[in-house]
Amino acid sequence: MPDSLNPTAVPVAASLGQPVRFRGGGFTVKRHPWAALAAFAVLIGLWEGASRLGLASPLFLPPPSAVAHALAGMVTDGSLWLNLKASLGRIAVGWVLGTAGGMLVGFAMGIFSTARAVGVPLVSAFFPIPKIALLPLFILWFGIGEPSKFATIGFGVFFPTVIATYSAIDSVPRNLIRMAQSFGLPWRSILRSIVLPGALPGILAGFRITASIALILVVAAEMIGAEYGIGAFVLMAGNLMQTDTLLAGVLVLSLMGLAIGTVLSQLERRLLNWR
Amino acid sequence: MRLLVSDLIHRYDDLTVLDGIDLTLAEGEILAVIGPSGCGKSTLLGIAGGIVAPTSGSIRVEGEVPDGCLNPITFIFQDFALLPWRSVEDNVALVLEHHPLSTAERRERIDGGLHRMGLWEFRKALPKQLSGGMRQRVGIARALAVRPAMLLLDEPLSALDAQTRELLMDDFLELWRREKTTALYVTHNLDEALRLADRVCVLSRRPGRIRELVTIEEPRERRQEPSAQAHLAEVRDRLWHLMKAEAQMADREIARA
Repeated sequence: MPDSLNPTAVPVAASLGQPVRFRGGGFTVKRHPWAALAAFAVLIGLWEGASRLGLASPLFLPPPSAVAHALAGMVTDGSLWLNLKASLGRIAVGWVLGTAGGMLVGFAMGIFSTARAVGVPLVSAFFPIPKIALLPLFILWFGIGEPSKFATIGFGVFFPTVIATYSAIDSVPRNLIRMAQSFGLPWRSILRSIVLPGALPGILAGFRITASIALILVVAAEMIGAEYGIGAFVLMAGNLMQTDTLLAGVLVLSLMGLAIGTVLSQLERRLLNWR
Repeated sequence: MRLLVSDLIHRYDDLTVLDGIDLTLAEGEILAVIGPSGCGKSTLLGIAGGIVAPTSGSIRVEGEVPDGCLNPITFIFQDFALLPWRSVEDNVALVLEHHPLSTAERRERIDGGLHRMGLWEFRKALPKQLSGGMRQRVGIARALAVRPAMLLLDEPLSALDAQTRELLMDDFLELWRREKTTALYVTHNLDEALRLADRVCVLSRRPGRIRELVTIEEPRERRQEPSAQAHLAEVRDRLWHLMKAEAQMADREIARA
């Protein structure tokens, strides 16, 4: 039997040649779930150590243990909940108002070409204005109370929502709309069954951006004129040179951002499980 | 149902895509349209299906719409056009949602299509969980749910591998054997045209004009038999002869552009 037909025969070249060197390693993303926790632990340890060794003044950079103590104090004296409640309420009302309005206008611009022709230049003109600069105007219009803060947050959320919504509608695959038209689906059905769910990923991505904007604006608005709220709390702590309390407030803001991000991730996972 | 295309011209701005197309598609006939890239095959299909408005000329249909037909002219798409957020059965159900059907009839149409295309076990699956061939089967089940009088197929197999193409061609043959649906079948694949069509319309490069209409004499059900191969090879040579020069010139034009 010739060697070519004998499966057990070892080719001569292979027995003499070099083994092929593996060159395909690297450039692959590996999961290191403990790396982030370890990095945090090292950072906090270094920070604590530096403070305890007197390398950093506790007045300007209090150690993490002092920040944790201040945070515990906020929990026990009730100031955490009082300020958190005020900030969350403002974010909720301002964000809902801005998002509802932004989605309405964004949908109109995504669907009707006349609305787009009118809307795009207006949005482009208003979008770059730093919204916090309008707070004094809103205070004049709505007073120093809650409505001016709602307006600042709502206005800040409105424009990115408009842009996210009409871009999301633009990105709905046109072949799906053509398919629906070819089966004679009415306009409303196309909107409900294709455009809306097709635009959802883009709209939810916009929510992430607007949630961060709302958080920034609520802190800024509370620093300008509020009795309660995390922004007001941080400003007050700074004025009193209570840097441990100030950093505890900053930590609360960071946790708020993290919590909002987690909620949005859950929402995406639930609504966009088809991706 | 018959389709009559007369003196059809279509332009995109200054670019003439189709020029003077006259075509009659007889009831129950399967007409394949072949031609080089950019010759307007898909545009012709879009115009025939009423989703592209022609620049001039007329498209008419004649004949009675069969009982139970909800969408006389129905597309099957190259890219399947399935809603990724809907399950297989909900994709099929989509095209029935705006029709006043009883629950039983709606269910019967959906389930019937799923059973016929071998999708029953996958009815709850999302499109992302299916192979390309299965996705196109969903597209066919969706088309069958409206019981069409005429199918417009836009390169329905071009996104699929060779084995899946073979299997789906068998599905199409079975479908046409049972339903006798009139069909306009756009393809760039001569073998598909030779296997499935009664006649083949060869379009020239842009602007697309009809170069020739070639009839395949061999009955569809006998085209796999050895005795049919000589005739099919002859038709294939003829079609390729007609297409080759056009395709080469179209290729050069694309390269120049």
